[in-house]
Amino acid sequence: MAELYDRYSGMVYAVALRVLSDTGAAEDVLQEVFMQLWRNPGLFDAARGNLAPWLAVIARNRAIDMLRKRRPETDIEDVVVSVQPDLAADADRGIVMTKVRSVLSGMGTSQRMALEMAYFEGLSHSEIAAKTGEALGTIKTRIRTGLLALRKAFEK
Amino acid sequence: MSEHQQFAEDLSLYALGTLEPEERSLLEKHLRECAGCRREVEALRGDMALLALSTSGPKPPVRARQRLMDALAREPRQARVARQRPWWALVPAFVAAGMAALAMFFWVQSTKLQRDLASLEKRSAQQRAELQRAREIVATLTATDAMTVTLVAAKTPPQPQGKIMYVKDRASLIFLASNMPMPPPQKVYELWLIPMKGAPMAAGMFKPDAHGSAMVINPPLPVGMEAKAFAVTIEPEAGSSTPTMPIVMMGAGA
Repeated sequence: MAELYDRYSGMVYAVALRVLSDTGAAEDVLQEVFMQLWRNPGLFDAARGNLAPWLAVIARNRAIDMLRKRRPETDIEDVVVSVQPDLAADADRGIVMTKVRSVLSGMGTSQRMALEMAYFEGLSHSEIAAKTGEALGTIKTRIRTGLLALRKAFEK
Repeated sequence: MSEHQQFAEDLSLYALGTLEPEERSLLEKHLRECAGCRREVEALRGDMALLALSTSGPKPPVRARQRLMDALAREPRQARVARQRPWWALVPAFVAAGMAALAMFFWVQSTKLQRDLASLEKRSAQQRAELQRAREIVATLTATDAMTVTLVAAKTPPQPQGKIMYVKDRASLIFLASNMPMPPPQKVYELWLIPMKGAPMAAGMFKPDAHGSAMVINPPLPVGMEAKAFAVTIEPEAGSSTPTMPIVMMGAGA
């Protein structure tokens, strides 16, 4: 467990801190995510993906739950993550990070904003629409095409 | 199809956990039925993971690691074996031993039952064969188209006598003889069916018992063979393909 922590805690903490902007709360998320994994190692289905993206998604979801002060909505057991690149090695994660950032900066500002509001703030598309004054459908499409653009960048 | 596309639009919001409750429950219902959409949600979560990796920041503080390790030490992943076993900890062992004994008992019972069943089946098969034989005998004895022949010895007493009941359509033949003298050593009696046309056909060999009684039941004969007469000769024990003269008994159909 210590080994897993040393390898992935930076990533989990970074996601939680980005969402929560509060080091104490981010530490709580970090603690909770690893405790969950420890209590029930069967939660993570190793056959269906690697641990890093799974932890990233769980950490983001928990941080959003905490931010919005709501009870965890999704059952952690149902979270299955499928991702192309192997994110186990630190070096790989560095490459992925650079690539993701370049995809994000290549997007139009409004699309990146929509994606980041949905992802890092946990805002619903109607909340985003209210903030930006754009049509609901447009927001939906922007979020979807934004995520697909990320996937496409790694399919090459 | 359009419904499917509408759901596809919502999948990314679902993966992000920002779908309104109503739409969410509708989509979850669809996800239970649609493997394609489930895979897409998994892939979208993968995309979300990539997005998470765009973040960077300070490392978590050292105290966070210590805090986690302390918490883990307090809460072992798997229940440890109690240092002192209370008496009831042995209950599962007793139960297991009991189950094993019970299983052994059932296994023995089952083997015995299988043996009994096999012997019953054997007996039943014998009884079926006997019944079939009895039915054939009764059918021939009671058949209206049966040909009844009485064979008598040319010389008197004691009068050897043979009776034949023959149903040609079923190739069923019953031959009953009485007062038959014992044939010479290494010899037997042989019954012959003498057809309307052609050579006599062997219809079974027999030896009388101590009382001179003998019986031939259903010898192998072709179906539908019209019989002109029946005859008995004395033959070597291996039997003959043609009758050896003289004819000991003979009779023609009534």
